[in-house]
Amino acid sequence: MRAAARAGALFGRLVRRPAAALSLGYLALVGATAAGAGVLGLDPLDQDLSQMLEGPSAEHWFGADELGRDILARVVYGARTSLTTAFGAVGLAAAIGVPIGLIAGFYGGWRETILMRLVDLMLALPGILLALALIAILGRSQSAALVAVGLTGVPTFARVVRAQVLSLKKREFVLAVEAFGGAPSYSMFKAILPNAWSPILTQMVVLSSVAILLEAALSFLGVGIPPPTPSWGEMLRSGKEYLYDSPTYAVLPGLALTLTILSFDALGRTLASLLEGREPGLPQPRAAAP
Amino acid sequence: MSQGTRPVLSIRSLAVRFEGSGAPIPAVRGINLEIFENEVVGVVGESGSGKSVTALAIAGLLPRTARISGSVRLAGQEVVGAEAETLRKLRGQEVGVVFQDPATTLNPLMLIGDQITEGEVARGRLPSADAGAKAVELLREVDIADPDGRARQYPHHFSGGMRQRAVIAMAMAGRPKLIIADEPTTALDVTVQAQVLALLARRQAETGAAVLLITHDLGVVAEVADRVAVMYGGRIVETGDVRQIFGDPRHPYTAALLRSAPRIDSGGARLHAIPGQPPTPAALPKGCSFHPRCDLAAGRPRCRAEEPILRGVDAGHESACHFSEELEAPSAQAPLATPTPVARAVADPLLRVQGLKVHFPITGGLLKRVIRTVRAVDGVSLTLAPGETLGLVGESGCGKTTTGRAIMGLIRATGGAVHFDGQRIDGLDRTALRPIRRRMQYVFQDPFASLNPMLSVGEAVAEPLRIHGLYDEMGGERWIAQLFEMVGLSPSVASRAPREFSGGQKQRISIARALSLKPDLLILDEPVASLDVSIQAQIVSLLQDLQRDLGLAYLFIAHDLSVVKHMSDRVAVMYLGRIVEEASKADLYDRPQHPYTQALLSAVPAPDPAPALGGARRRIVLEGEIPNPAAPPSGCHFHPRCFRATQICRDQAPEFLAGAEGGHWLACHHPGAPGLVS
Repeated sequence: MRAAARAGALFGRLVRRPAAALSLGYLALVGATAAGAGVLGLDPLDQDLSQMLEGPSAEHWFGADELGRDILARVVYGARTSLTTAFGAVGLAAAIGVPIGLIAGFYGGWRETILMRLVDLMLALPGILLALALIAILGRSQSAALVAVGLTGVPTFARVVRAQVLSLKKREFVLAVEAFGGAPSYSMFKAILPNAWSPILTQMVVLSSVAILLEAALSFLGVGIPPPTPSWGEMLRSGKEYLYDSPTYAVLPGLALTLTILSFDALGRTLASLLEGREPGLPQPRAAAP
Repeated sequence: MSQGTRPVLSIRSLAVRFEGSGAPIPAVRGINLEIFENEVVGVVGESGSGKSVTALAIAGLLPRTARISGSVRLAGQEVVGAEAETLRKLRGQEVGVVFQDPATTLNPLMLIGDQITEGEVARGRLPSADAGAKAVELLREVDIADPDGRARQYPHHFSGGMRQRAVIAMAMAGRPKLIIADEPTTALDVTVQAQVLALLARRQAETGAAVLLITHDLGVVAEVADRVAVMYGGRIVETGDVRQIFGDPRHPYTAALLRSAPRIDSGGARLHAIPGQPPTPAALPKGCSFHPRCDLAAGRPRCRAEEPILRGVDAGHESACHFSEELEAPSAQAPLATPTPVARAVADPLLRVQGLKVHFPITGGLLKRVIRTVRAVDGVSLTLAPGETLGLVGESGCGKTTTGRAIMGLIRATGGAVHFDGQRIDGLDRTALRPIRRRMQYVFQDPFASLNPMLSVGEAVAEPLRIHGLYDEMGGERWIAQLFEMVGLSPSVASRAPREFSGGQKQRISIARALSLKPDLLILDEPVASLDVSIQAQIVSLLQDLQRDLGLAYLFIAHDLSVVKHMSDRVAVMYLGRIVEEASKADLYDRPQHPYTQALLSAVPAPDPAPALGGARRRIVLEGEIPNPAAPPSGCHFHPRCFRATQICRDQAPEFLAGAEGGHWLACHHPGAPGLVS
């Protein structure tokens, strides 16, 4: 109940920042169209070869691609693909990274050494390389892209959470739980974790932009979302061939992608400044915490 | 006291408001004050009384959001509304400031010597070629040993007391006519505080400067001030000569404050707590701002409607109270009938600690080898009977908190044994400790840090019950409500978040939480150290009531000897990881045997100016500060600072033995009354 009130208050403060309000507005638009794409009567797979690579018209506001499919429809449905993959990936990264950070930070010792060296190992490889290797193992599919993008985000969460735990576990209210006879799991999940939610939330928003970008990059390289499922990266990949003849083909998905990434980033930075009293611009998507 | 005819500082109807998003917050509401040459004026008040804002206003250091009206004339120069350049010249030349925390006042990246002469050089009053020599001279004047070497060191090489000396040297470098000292000794230990106060008094006498001493500590004021102004709710409510204020207070707040302060020089009388909280500047009561907490007001319409003005009640003595004539002269604190001591020697001890050691290894080098060991606790033995209070006193870094936490099992003991109710508990793991921890609870020092900000206070109090799965068994919501009532809070506040409460209220909540499992023993770690004087008295009284009603045993850990005296049956004094003396309260305070105890007791300033003037209480000012526990001195840890140390003290650590009269334990080669050896 109080958590809801707190979230409401945070939202209220967030929309008073112009950058965050604009970003939220844009993301709400993208989210709403992606969710309601079916209602809009747009079909991303309907081929009309007569309209092949045609420019904007009343029927196709932003023209059609090389198979005569509506570009606007494919961008809207592409948002669905991008956002679900990105959110899924961030969720996966948090689901793995948060417990790693929690256990490493809370117990220290050999558990910390093993877990954090593994995290360092993941961090040593560039994200895209790691993702490519994973897709090579898993095969090309949307879920493979999701897992690949998600795993690259694990180190961020592990390190952010571990840093939080290290400072929180020395706080007196956590010691107090131990003094009452609370079990370690109670200390970790009831006392420490709820107090670490703000940097976790910030990282989730910032990482969403990174995940969208990475997914688009994978699709652009032709190893991400397999066709015919529409995705922004895939559209950029095909569209670049026809940049001269049909500029709207690549520009619209590119614009959607750029604005989405910008919005998540702006939102994440504003969140960080609101929640942690930092000025916007400081959080780093990778290697965020020592 | 040769007072010049013209005041060094003259404040006329000074008011400061802070403007923010809401209504402007009046922090200071019209104060008048004059300070003359060679005079020490103490400004006393609790948090939110406006005393620090006043100090900042005088130095022209308030932030831009402050709206200042009235007049502050410093050596004939108006400060309010002055240009930044004028103010800059004024500071250092006419006014020097000593802030509370010497750790943050000094620039960590600058050599001490450069730092204390920086202002003078910048103002062009000191050629930079002479700055080095001047710095050494200044450090010598504040009694810093080896000033040549020390001037070329950084602040982190200095201990807390030495840093504050350096800050005083810096404030006095330009020979200002006025020194503003804002809580200059609050961050220091009591033996160091005594050194710094003595230094401040000496330098004041030598330079003839006027000093404005701002503090919450009545003892410090009684010790050094000539005149006192008592602030409450942004105004001066009483001002007068120090003897008038302490001997014949004419404002009910001053009188109540004096009654609520624990005193080392009187028996363990019950403290008279002032009810309620000091007002915050944002929510001042109408009329007299003290009326909701005042005995005299008692619902009188005039107190509620009309703010009293400061008027003369005696020569040089003013009070802002409508009914100041009705205030009775304070009777000496009536020594409360000491509760008959229970036959404790017979009872089995509830807690028995033998030779407890906690050593922290310091690792270093490539291979993380142990290069040194910090002996935080080095062989502490104590016993505690059911229903008894043992005070554990010591200065910072002596290991008293580590002792408490090691007993609780929050820190693993390196050696020794801890028995609770006959069962050995040291070395048990978290699961095995669970049943013990039901009966033994810990109250932390900082009420702001010890409550989980994500839980409502009701959930916080219920948390131990939930952990043990006893919530319903112990009576659920009814028991929680009862706990809130027990600590003097309304159960209706249970759904609020911790941040909505003041420090004193949070500490009550922490106590309620510790009591929820009906423990037999509470370990209280400095439970009142971070609270205002009037709130301290409330919490001390609450703890005493709870002990009487519930038969609790307390291990009361504190640095404040006055509070310990009010709380404890027996007192143990710790120094650098060891207990040096333990005795019944009466024995320890009246007949201390260990030189450290004697020095500690004599260093505590009493809120009574008479002995300071008459010299009835002789002060032992210790040299130096507590050594680093990673490299303790040989033999008796205390010998480098001891006024009785001989060769044997350097060679051999004294054993902790029972004295001739049973129950008085001591670790000293040369015990005795302070007068015997000197």
